[in-house]
Amino acid sequence: MKFFRSHVLVSVDPQCLEMGAHEIVDALNDELVSWGLIDEIQVLETSRLGDPTRFGPDLVVYPENVHYANLSVDDIPYLVEEQFLKGRVVEKFVAKETIVTDDELGAPKAKEVRIVLRNCGKIDPHNIEEYIAEDGYQALANALTSMTPEQVIDEVMRSGLRGRGGAGFPAARKWQLCRQVPDNPKYLTCNADEGDPGAFMNRRVLESDPHSVVEGMILAAYAIGASMGYVYCRAEYPIAVANLNVAIEQAREFGFLGNNIFGTDFSFDLEVRMGAGAFVCGEETALIASIEGRRGEPRPRPPFPAVKGVWGKPTNNNNVETYAVVPQILLHGADWYSAMGTEKSKGTKTFAIAGDVVNTGLIEVPFGLSLRDVIFDVGGGIKDGKKFKAIQTGGPMGGCLVEEHLDLPLDYEALTAAGSMMGSGGLIIMDDETCMVDIARFFMEFTQEESCGKCTPCRVGTRRILDILEKICNGKGTLADIDRLEMLCEEVAKNSLCGLGQGAPNPVVSTLKHFREEYIAHVVEKRCPAKVCRALIRYEITASTCTGCTVCARNCPVEAISGERRQVHTIDAKTCIRCGICAQVCNFNAISVESG
Amino acid sequence: MPAIKSLEDLKKIREAALQKRDIKTTNARVQIVIGMGTPGIAAGARDTLKEFLSIIEEQGLTDVTVRQTGNFGLDSMEPVVQVIIEDNAPVTYGKVTPYAARQIMEQHILNGAVLQAHVIPS
Ligand SMILES: Cc1cc2nc3c(=O)[nH]c(=O)nc-3n(C[C@H](O)[C@H](O)[C@H](O)COP(=O)(O)O)c2cc1C
Ligand code: SF4
Ligand code: SF4
Ligand code: SF4
Repeated sequence: MKFFRSHVLVSVDPQCLEMGAHEIVDALNDELVSWGLIDEIQVLETSRLGDPTRFGPDLVVYPENVHYANLSVDDIPYLVEEQFLKGRVVEKFVAKETIVTDDELGAPKAKEVRIVLRNCGKIDPHNIEEYIAEDGYQALANALTSMTPEQVIDEVMRSGLRGRGGAGFPAARKWQLCRQVPDNPKYLTCNADEGDPGAFMNRRVLESDPHSVVEGMILAAYAIGASMGYVYCRAEYPIAVANLNVAIEQAREFGFLGNNIFGTDFSFDLEVRMGAGAFVCGEETALIASIEGRRGEPRPRPPFPAVKGVWGKPTNNNNVETYAVVPQILLHGADWYSAMGTEKSKGTKTFAIAGDVVNTGLIEVPFGLSLRDVIFDVGGGIKDGKKFKAIQTGGPMGGCLVEEHLDLPLDYEALTAAGSMMGSGGLIIMDDETCMVDIARFFMEFTQEESCGKCTPCRVGTRRILDILEKICNGKGTLADIDRLEMLCEEVAKNSLCGLGQGAPNPVVSTLKHFREEYIAHVVEKRCPAKVCRALIRYEITASTCTGCTVCARNCPVEAISGERRQVHTIDAKTCIRCGICAQVCNFNAISVESG
Repeated sequence: MPAIKSLEDLKKIREAALQKRDIKTTNARVQIVIGMGTPGIAAGARDTLKEFLSIIEEQGLTDVTVRQTGNFGLDSMEPVVQVIIEDNAPVTYGKVTPYAARQIMEQHILNGAVLQAHVIPS
């Protein structure tokens, strides 16, 4: 085999071509020939290397891994002489910015299995060839050349794949329903609205491995018989939108999108639509309205999108992660996929872990792992040696689970039976210094703000639930308020039009179920046991430890602390706004927070 | 880029893509670094380099990279070559003629025995 001591990868991205990439390749080869280096150095063309608008035309030299940018043909003779003959890096042509490192996603931890995230941080999302090198578009080639749409549906059905957007509906069943509707054209939508606070699983896949979503959508489109697809991505994700657009462009260039894909009579194209920014736009009927350019409001179902979706035509909607695993399932087979997980929840799921754990961030684990394993093994346990109190699964419309649930497996049905839900993958872990009434208030504040106001139970009900929670946190609640809270929750859950209103009471209901005594302490004893609710705590200076150093008095924003130098200081409870600054700055630990 | 129309087309693109991936990720066991400053080239460093390359090709070695550098600052010893095997300290050789290159290759790189006669003590 021919041995080259060095390789030059020149970007022949369409934009670089326009800027003369081919001329640069020719000039490189000419110079290498004239220096007698052509047997030692190989020039190869590749897909995109850096952003062409900033770097193009550009190339990378290996093994040195030097990125030369903004080159012109005139630069090549000097570059070849210095770099390849004399072995010196030509600093003036080196790209100024380098690729940033990854602090979101570390190496997989024990018990993690990465299928959806397998390429993230490993391949260059701008370079379709790197995806192809990882078996990308192989599943599509196989399906289009040797499988019928029904066979694709069958395989995905047998894999047990369920929708990752929250409800966990079997993906292939939804495809089948849409396929069977005798109306054309059919559409495909990808839900990339990802509105749960703290969740970023979908963003990460779109940014780091956009082709997996594109390929998954083409496969689903083939299975359903759809001719056009839309990725609905929230506007707060500009890099995801940009990378997805690059991926779509490249997929078109390679013939994976467009007419007669792989020489068959199947044609499909994709477009990115930017979300209007509201959380409720993630609800599928609202999402469809928004894609059509209407106000992003939910409407009653049925008719389901499979019957009447985008432009009133049959539409299949799935989450980013649902689509992203489809190529892997077809590549490795349904049996491979369904070997992971529990009886009814197959495969793996990505989660964003946040809150009081040691390792926050993105993980991917097989279903069936226990919550305990997720929190203590993958998550590294509770921070600062504190005690576990609760875990919120399913985002703001999910519920909290406690110690007694820790051995539950990650499984759609198991979490629902325990009073919470799988949701899209947000996990918030809370230690024993968390006030559960305050947490319920926090989630309610979010859903109340995001309620679109279309139906009364949700619009008015969430407002009234929030008012009562605020009243309780402020120490003004009564026992009757707790009863009213329960009644309201039931009404809102039962009568709201969409999942937002139906799920909004969950955090309240589940905290009431597991931590009722905390609510009672707030309303009866006017005490916040976790010492969080400001109206129910006070700061106190311990006379025996205070040295009179004056630090607290000088830092108090409202001058609530008085005392002479070297004399014990005191806090005036009436002026104090309970900001906690004094307790933080006291070097003698003389200030403590008390409840009640 | 002509559109991919068949499994065959994809296979070809994939093979080329795999080659490029290997180029990007190669973590060679052995690195040979050759001084290519003006004195190096004058002393015949190009011939030394070519000799290394042809041995690698003859033997079909896949875990060796050959890099050039500027001047080692050892003008009287040119051509100067540094050999780095895995995490070991670099060994610097002087007056590496094509003949010496072949000896370094055979004794040091393939058999682990440093060629003391040509070593420049650091
Ligand atoms: C208020 C609300 C917000 C939602 N947000 C999202 C979202 O951000 N992403 C998502 O995939 N599904 C979201 N859903 C669920 C979608 O309506 C839909 O069920 C899902 O996209 C279907 O995809 P799947 O079958 O792949 O899970 C939301 C639902 C509701 C009620
Ligand atoms: S339940 Fe809430 S978010 Fe959903 S349609 Fe009604 S008002 Fe809008
Ligand atoms: S900072 Fe602490 S020690 Fe100093 S005066 Fe305040 S309470 Fe006393
Ligand atoms: S808690 Fe804040 S407001 Fe109250 S005394 Fe301390 S610093 Fe002042």
